[in-house]
Amino acid sequence: MSDTLVVLALLLVAVAATGAALTRDPARQAVVLALLGLSLTVLFTVLQAPDVALSQLGVGTAVTPLLILLAVRKVRRFGRREPDRDEEE
Amino acid sequence: MSRRARLLLLAAAGLVVAGFFAAACLRLPAFGAAVHPYGERAVAAALGQRTANTVSSVNFDQRAFDTLGEESILYASVLSAVLLLRLARDERKHEPRPAPVLPSTRLFGAVLLPVTLLTGGYVVAHGQLSPGGGFQGGVVLASGLHLAYVAADYRALGRVRPLAVLDVADALAAGAFSVLGLVGLVAGAAFLQNTLPLGTFNTLASGGLVPVVNAVVGVEVASGVIVLLAQFLDQAVEVVER
Repeated sequence: MSDTLVVLALLLVAVAATGAALTRDPARQAVVLALLGLSLTVLFTVLQAPDVALSQLGVGTAVTPLLILLAVRKVRRFGRREPDRDEEE
Repeated sequence: MSRRARLLLLAAAGLVVAGFFAAACLRLPAFGAAVHPYGERAVAAALGQRTANTVSSVNFDQRAFDTLGEESILYASVLSAVLLLRLARDERKHEPRPAPVLPSTRLFGAVLLPVTLLTGGYVVAHGQLSPGGGFQGGVVLASGLHLAYVAADYRALGRVRPLAVLDVADALAAGAFSVLGLVGLVAGAAFLQNTLPLGTFNTLASGGLVPVVNAVVGVEVASGVIVLLAQFLDQAVEVVER
């Protein structure tokens, strides 16, 4: 039973990781990366490593995608340089 | 060296590494085996130090020096981000206007913000007893705080996030880890050796140095991640070109 779960979690990670590598748009990629983080969390939990799973959940699913999204937003704003800069927020 | 010679050198080195790597992998314990030589020793050592969470015992006692290195890396990267993303000469800050927020989002944030902070505090405080610890709890605290931004706006986040205090807290906590290591030296033992009273097994104060270092790491990670995210948020929301 637990072996089946491990195999399922591994497959989930492989699918999510391939998806993250194949996504070209950085903003979408951040979301797929969060899903990859979530599937890694599932894998670590199934492998009975709750400490690592918690770290993965915090860093891989929340903080890293957020940093990427913020960086993308900054780059896009910076690249535009139109007078509509005050339209945001 | 010609391109061909370099490729040959790479191939030869790769073969040597591959050979040793394969030989080492063959002698690893089987995947998912119930018994593991390192695990057995780590659990015995953790129980000897009256620390219920073996992972925390490894992180903050048996391998505390490794963790000191990791925390220093985190501190150095936060410091570099602050330095690189500071306001440049051709940039200025403009106050972002409050954006409309859906009532459901506002309710979601208002309810979950205290719950998340409580969870983060719990995970830090119980690092020596249950899964989690300073690092995990710190990340929960730091990311949970940003629910204030999701539910309200940037200015609300600024009010719940005293950046000046957090800057200092990050530096003090990073330094405190090294200072705690000196406790062992003062007691006549090695740097970072666990010489504090070990307490009663499976209580909050058990494990000697472990809960103290764990708490210090919690403060460092929480304030470090908040400061790091603050630099990125500033750039994404506030900073514009002159």
